[in-house]
Amino acid sequence: MAKNMKNNPAAMDERNTSSLKARRTGCYIVLILISFICLFWFYVLFINATRSNSQLAKGFTAIPSTYLLTNLDNLFKGTLPVISGLLNSLFVATCTAVLATYFSTMTAYAIHAYDFKLRKAMFTFILAVMMIPTQVTALGFIQLMTKMNLMDNFVPLIVPAIASPAVFFYMKQYMDSVLSKSLIEAARIDGAGEFHTFNSIVLPLMKPAIAVQAIFSFVASWNNYFTPALILHKDTMKTLPILIAQLRAADWLKFDMGQVYAMIAFSIFPVIIVYLFLSKNIVGGVMMGGVKE
Amino acid sequence: MEKKDNKTVVLKSNNVTKVNRWGYIFLIPFFVTFVIFQLIPLVSTIYNSFFENYMSGLKKIGPNFVGLKNYISLIQTGDLGTYTANTLIMWVMGFVPQIIVSLLLGAWFTNPQLRLKGQRFFKTVIYLPNLIMASAFAMLFFTLFADSGPVNSILMQMGILKEQYSFMSHVWSVRTLVAFMNFLMWFGNTTILLMAGMMGIDQSLFEAAEVDGATSNQIFFKITLPLLRPILVYVMITSLIGGLQMFDVPQILTNGSGDPMRSSMTLIMYLNKHLYSKNYGMAGALSVMLFIITGILSLIVFKFTNAKEVK
Repeated sequence: MAKNMKNNPAAMDERNTSSLKARRTGCYIVLILISFICLFWFYVLFINATRSNSQLAKGFTAIPSTYLLTNLDNLFKGTLPVISGLLNSLFVATCTAVLATYFSTMTAYAIHAYDFKLRKAMFTFILAVMMIPTQVTALGFIQLMTKMNLMDNFVPLIVPAIASPAVFFYMKQYMDSVLSKSLIEAARIDGAGEFHTFNSIVLPLMKPAIAVQAIFSFVASWNNYFTPALILHKDTMKTLPILIAQLRAADWLKFDMGQVYAMIAFSIFPVIIVYLFLSKNIVGGVMMGGVKE
Repeated sequence: MEKKDNKTVVLKSNNVTKVNRWGYIFLIPFFVTFVIFQLIPLVSTIYNSFFENYMSGLKKIGPNFVGLKNYISLIQTGDLGTYTANTLIMWVMGFVPQIIVSLLLGAWFTNPQLRLKGQRFFKTVIYLPNLIMASAFAMLFFTLFADSGPVNSILMQMGILKEQYSFMSHVWSVRTLVAFMNFLMWFGNTTILLMAGMMGIDQSLFEAAEVDGATSNQIFFKITLPLLRPILVYVMITSLIGGLQMFDVPQILTNGSGDPMRSSMTLIMYLNKHLYSKNYGMAGALSVMLFIITGILSLIVFKFTNAKEVK
């Protein structure tokens, strides 16, 4: 089949090589243009984060300067609690990723491996609640968290991740393709308890899917602004997106622009660097989710 | 082998209900979490929408039961219509280029004749903006497009602009910036989804069309596009659901004001305003309306995905 596909276009090639070449060149030009539009902003961000306030005031140049460390140093010494913001963001996002993947795999396993009366109904139900936007329940959420004395606490940002229908759906799809019933039954015959089977056999098998979803959950939580802004008010508890909003709300013209760019770079570049290492998994993961739609 | 099979059968019949009980046990964490953090908040949001409950200065008014009054005043003030229109305008402005570019790129990437090189690089690059913190991205655009920012500086150096253009104080430039950011953040994701759909199409259809002498444009419009329709509808409606939740970008870009003259104020920004001013009655009514609209849209998505899952 693959050979056939390759042979066919090759035959076509000989007939109209030149027009194909022209089309290919056109494609590359458009692709490079689009890549430029995607990357330009981050390039400018990088350049500007390396320049001092007075250099920035003079207008844009395409060459980086030498003030990156100075800017970062000023930023850390400044009024925004950037370091604690970074640590808070890291903590919340890591916990969210762990809870979301572990418990979504568990939920998917419940639907995948057991045959109980409400199985189908549960599956449909979980898919149905996938579409409820968090913003719509925000009002009741804040009221409840206030009553439970959980304002200015990370619990309302982390624990809800246990119920992540989208992660569940991905896990269920992946499970359908890798986890056969005979494997589970073999474990059962060997006398393994159900919980033990899940932890020691199912989880390792699901590693690739867990890795992909851990990245997505982490990034979603890292970038989340709406809910944390409603829950966290103490300076020491704030996460990076809230600090960004604070930076925007401040009278920014009085700010050292070098520091402003350093702050933005500080929130954006860690994700970009991690992404460059994991891009293969991430793009492949989106692709896989897409194939199964 | 046979022995083992027998054993399984025996085990099964003995323990079948006992084992399957574990299905419920494994569902407990999901459902407990769901009930506490989503269902109870949802119910209390709906409950709140029927009460008058706001701050007048430092005095708390209510909660008093007012029936549908919150809904009526929400519609009568006219703000709701304006903000719905703003949200939809900015969504359309971002979505139309997004779907066109995604279809084009998807078709190129999956075209066996073109065999483009460096696909992994391009896919990596176009997906990148999706992972960027939306609030930081908006802040970045705010500084880049500021009156004395680098974009103005570059455009003036190139001689395109004679004097600084104030991007933040014109209705359509702010809306365009919001739409452009949404486009940048989502077209890579859409491209990959559409590519998955395009690769799912039976290759022999393309080969047959080629043999019959169809041009690649004909193939795209007569074969690829019609077969992609379910995925296109799925992409469009999930994007619309996401678009109705538009918040981070315009909120940070305009510092929550939706300026100029609230022309970029979205529905969720409006909701956020009520939440901060503790006008819980209005916030509740607005939430319920959004919930109903999202529900209807989701049902349509559901219909499309279910139709395929039946197999």
